[in-house]
Amino acid sequence: VISIEKKNKKISKEVQLSIEFYRKLYLIRASEEKIIKHYFEDEMKTPMHMSMGEEAIAVGICSALKDSDQVFGTYRSHAIYLTKTDQIEHFFAEMYGKGTSLQKGKAGSMHLCFPEHGFMGTSAIVGSVIPVAVGAAFANKTANNDKIAAVFFGDGAIDEGVFWESLNVACLMKLPILFICEDNGYAVHSPAAARHGYGRITDIVSRFNCTVMEETTTDTETIYDLANEAIRSVKTDQKPCFLYLNYYRYLEHVGVCEDFNAGYRSEGEFKEWKKKDPVLLQRQKLIRLGVTEDQIVKIEQNINKQIAESVENAQQATFADKETLYEEVL
Amino acid sequence: VTRCISYRDAINEALTQEMEADPSVFVYGIDVADHKRVFGSTAGLVEKFGPERCFSTPLSEDAMTGFGLGAAINGLRPIHVHMRVDFMLLAVNQLANMVSNYRYMSCGQLKVPFVIRAIIGRGWGQAFQHSKTMHSCFAHVPGLKVVMPTTPQSAKGLLIWAIRDDNPVIILEHRWLYDVVDDVDEKATAMPLKANVLKRGDDVTIIATSWMNIEAVKAAEILERQGISAEIIDPQSIFPLDEETILESVEKTGHCIVADNDWLFCGFSAELAAIISEKCFGRLKSPVSRIGFAQTPCPTVRHLEQEFYPNAIDIIRAVEEKLVLAETDLSSEDFYSYENKFKGPF
Repeated sequence: VISIEKKNKKISKEVQLSIEFYRKLYLIRASEEKIIKHYFEDEMKTPMHMSMGEEAIAVGICSALKDSDQVFGTYRSHAIYLTKTDQIEHFFAEMYGKGTSLQKGKAGSMHLCFPEHGFMGTSAIVGSVIPVAVGAAFANKTANNDKIAAVFFGDGAIDEGVFWESLNVACLMKLPILFICEDNGYAVHSPAAARHGYGRITDIVSRFNCTVMEETTTDTETIYDLANEAIRSVKTDQKPCFLYLNYYRYLEHVGVCEDFNAGYRSEGEFKEWKKKDPVLLQRQKLIRLGVTEDQIVKIEQNINKQIAESVENAQQATFADKETLYEEVL
Repeated sequence: VTRCISYRDAINEALTQEMEADPSVFVYGIDVADHKRVFGSTAGLVEKFGPERCFSTPLSEDAMTGFGLGAAINGLRPIHVHMRVDFMLLAVNQLANMVSNYRYMSCGQLKVPFVIRAIIGRGWGQAFQHSKTMHSCFAHVPGLKVVMPTTPQSAKGLLIWAIRDDNPVIILEHRWLYDVVDDVDEKATAMPLKANVLKRGDDVTIIATSWMNIEAVKAAEILERQGISAEIIDPQSIFPLDEETILESVEKTGHCIVADNDWLFCGFSAELAAIISEKCFGRLKSPVSRIGFAQTPCPTVRHLEQEFYPNAIDIIRAVEEKLVLAETDLSSEDFYSYENKFKGPF
């Protein structure tokens, strides 16, 4: 990015932002491709719930948030971890369970967090992190610190009672929180039609005292603009905002493979979404904005190099001492 | 300086003093700010500290527990109140999957200074959904501290400790103890999570939890007149457990009876019996005996409920059996009966 900026000092803010989006999108995609490449060496012994397909949501929303804003996620959080924290070394160290990671291998892929960068935690029990984000929003409101809490969850979490309890409390207390529902159409392997005793999620949620916004797009900028509008509404209207976004999960629920032969969803569905792949879309946009192929390749190579180094460091790092088992329980 | 106040007022005083001292402390839960104020324990808080720091919530135990966790990792010191322990079971997912693990998950980056108070019900038809204690279950999960104060002084001191602790602490308060009156320090002093020796004695050790201490004290008074001196130990903290005080006593007496305010099977009493058997084996003159609830749900009707709960008489009989003594005539003794206290409805 810096080298491009040097070459083109008059580069517009819009282009800069687009490049930054692409850098983040590519980082997530390339990191997960690297995981796939090494997963069957069986050194990353942690259940992987891959973000592939949802990159635009993580990048669009986290880019609209301030560094000090707080994010909560699920077991499928590679994308928001990398976007919010940019901690590639810690990310791969944790995938390999090494002592060099902030979480020292206690967490793995499903329980990522990095509080210093506002990534406040995750849960592998569907819906369970939602009320925690509501409590964080309460603390932020009490402190009057202008921070927003953003909680990401899938459409499966809407099936859980705790989602409705949490939404109700946040609306009642008028808390500064973004609820981000990433709907990929399936809760594990069950489609919405097999789970919903109602029509549309947004119809129900909009009965609560919150702002509801929705979009079906893989364009990062569109989501970024929407997130900015959502943040504005939370601050000016002083009530929560529920963002409903559709995407397509490229890989199986857990694991690094495709599962179109399993019969619960069709490859045709995937191919339609793949045409507007968020990473590809953003790359095409950069070309349209006048960024050259060479410049893009340079960005990609730079990220590939960082990832390769981080993976190598993680592979060579030692595990935490056995005493670590007993540390930080109480 | 001490003065005689009730258990409920001791709790109230601890809350008031800690809220005065630390603006990050707040109290919330179902009906904490209504006209009854959780049996008086939250009286005056909303008037003194405002609705931002003492507020009633929707009936959402599950979400409101996660809410406390989110506030705790973000610099506040929440105190969540449940009118009955049984209601808290709606939040077991948050307790066992979230609250207990958050510090560990973050390798200490995030601390969880979170107090959960819950009241153990008993009597006048409380039945199977208003009478549970659950300390054994909560203490089973690593990452949670579990405390059961018996005296007014411990109700105040342990609560202050819990509020200042950077970890989640569950405090289980027996409803019948609310009217117990005793000397309580005026100052806000934290009481460490250690056992309390309620009575010194040489012949037998009685380890009792919560209300069972009241029964144990009554039993010990009667036994004393028969020339038997019982030592009564209230562990106060279920986890962390003060093994030292307990083992010291059992090593001295050689006999131990555990009277737990709970079912026995897979319970805290079983844990104590195991620890004592492992660590005092050579000194034990008899196997550890256990007294607790009948292995049934708690019934409503009085005569069945009477069968369900153990009492001072059961403790006396257990001591007599252990020490091979003749049965004391208890016909002229006056035992606790809630009818003397409550006319109902409860």
